[in-house]
Amino acid sequence: MQPIIELEKVTKRFGGITALNNASLKVNKGEVVGLIGDNGAGKSTLIKTLVGVHTPDDGNIKIRGDKVNNWNALKAREAGIETVFQDRALCPQQSIVWNIFMGKELRYPFGFIRDKEQVAEANRLIREIGFTSKLINAESPVGNLSGGERQGVAIARAIYNNAELIILDEPTNNLSLNETQKVFDFVLNVKKSNRSVLFIGHNIYHVYDISDRFVILDRGEVVHHLNKENIQSPEELMKIMRDTIKSH
Amino acid sequence: MKNNKSFIGNMFHKNGRALGSIGYFALLMLVFLIGAPEAWMRPNLHQSVFVMMPTLIFLTLPLVFLVASGEIDLSFASTYAVAAYVFAIMAKSGIDPALSILVGLLTGTAIGGLVGALIVVFRLSSLVASLGVLFLLRGVILLLTNSRSITLLEIDSHWIYPVLVGKFYGFPMQIFWAAIFVIFCYYLFTKHVFGVHIHHVGDNSVSAEQMGINVNAVKIKAFMFVGFGAALGGIFTTLITYTFFPTQGFGYLLLALAAVFVGGTPYWGGLGTIVGAVFGVGIIAYMEIGIVAIGWSGTWRQFFNGLIILLALLGHRLHGERVR
Repeated sequence: MQPIIELEKVTKRFGGITALNNASLKVNKGEVVGLIGDNGAGKSTLIKTLVGVHTPDDGNIKIRGDKVNNWNALKAREAGIETVFQDRALCPQQSIVWNIFMGKELRYPFGFIRDKEQVAEANRLIREIGFTSKLINAESPVGNLSGGERQGVAIARAIYNNAELIILDEPTNNLSLNETQKVFDFVLNVKKSNRSVLFIGHNIYHVYDISDRFVILDRGEVVHHLNKENIQSPEELMKIMRDTIKSH
Repeated sequence: MKNNKSFIGNMFHKNGRALGSIGYFALLMLVFLIGAPEAWMRPNLHQSVFVMMPTLIFLTLPLVFLVASGEIDLSFASTYAVAAYVFAIMAKSGIDPALSILVGLLTGTAIGGLVGALIVVFRLSSLVASLGVLFLLRGVILLLTNSRSITLLEIDSHWIYPVLVGKFYGFPMQIFWAAIFVIFCYYLFTKHVFGVHIHHVGDNSVSAEQMGINVNAVKIKAFMFVGFGAALGGIFTTLITYTFFPTQGFGYLLLALAAVFVGGTPYWGGLGTIVGAVFGVGIIAYMEIGIVAIGWSGTWRQFFNGLIILLALLGHRLHGERVR
């Protein structure tokens, strides 16, 4: 079966700096792939290239086996790839509902918004994700929410569109234990429904627990592809990562 | 941080700025009513205001879109004259006035698009770049016309004249066109994908881009809309006065910008209010005309305009800081 998305020998430079060097990676249907690497290893650059925010200088991106041209963020979303970015990609002055539907609004002909439908859907989603405060409704501005609640909005956006692949960039950063558990539950739910997750983190324990496969990135290069069967513990994964960094 | 979560809190968050400028408008009316009741009762005061308001509305409401998208434009005051010039020179040379109006509107929209593209593609400061265009276009107009006016005395014999600026039961037609424009802008800003994207782009353009919104295209469209509004204002004024004159529009530059901010749209992007801007226009128009109507010397006008702008800004501070 074709992988949902495949990165083939992708290189991305910013000025004189090579942020990604010949990086290859693929995600198959129904699997959780953990992408790990030290700070500055190029994890976020890889994600942003994968989802069309950055244009690669070299290499190919394939969706379900087909090479894509003029890849951009909108096309990635239309291809069923949703991303929860590290910065959460929210607009704090706008309402929860506008944030959830940002860029993929429900529309009538001529571009008018299906307002009521959006609000109803957003209210359903934020209950589903489990917002703690009952006072929160879809028309509250995002700027009034806590960090965990904001992550909930970003995740709600990713699940609304029934994406086949959900990319989570450092989703557990700055979250409480309770909120982190919610993120894990979410990942497991996605996997159960035979969809895929690409999980990026530098907390090895978080990544180890939920991933089926690991990809280690170091200084812009993919240095290891590992299956979970071959790794006994997070400590072993940590050791492999450390050895990689040392060997440079 | 948690105090805005209630229903009333949300209402206030959504409508507070518009309500604020309605409040200032009511206050201003009250001051006039108490300060100069006789002048206030004279219908010609309100008539003059209603002549001025439509033009100011055509200029101001598109600026709300642009400011909410995180940009600013000063060049509209010259685009106004260029579009009016194109219309006037065509109509004068015997081309059908309706067609001339259409070409004038397209010219304004195109200039807006070019200004926007220039700013967005080369990442220029919209304040400085549009200031440059403001002078440049005004210079072009002065060169082309040799600083001479164009009069269009026969224009009222064409059907388009009564439709646009004739009288309907004593009311000038431009009021109705301005009202339609207000409704159009309101829905475009709050219920249409374009308006929603304007909010996102002005709020956080990085987020908007990551979610697949074409930030540059949204901004260029906002500049085009400003150009279109400027052309509308210029052409209506030329029709009403039967005259194109090369310095026209310049006087509206600061008034329209003042109306945007007095109306409650903050300068930082991501927020804006059409209803508020309409009342902002009302405040500015009544200030312009009211001061003279109550028998004060016109020399007071600028002083009070400034005072009103500052008071309104201080008032809008109550709506709080930008949330991040």
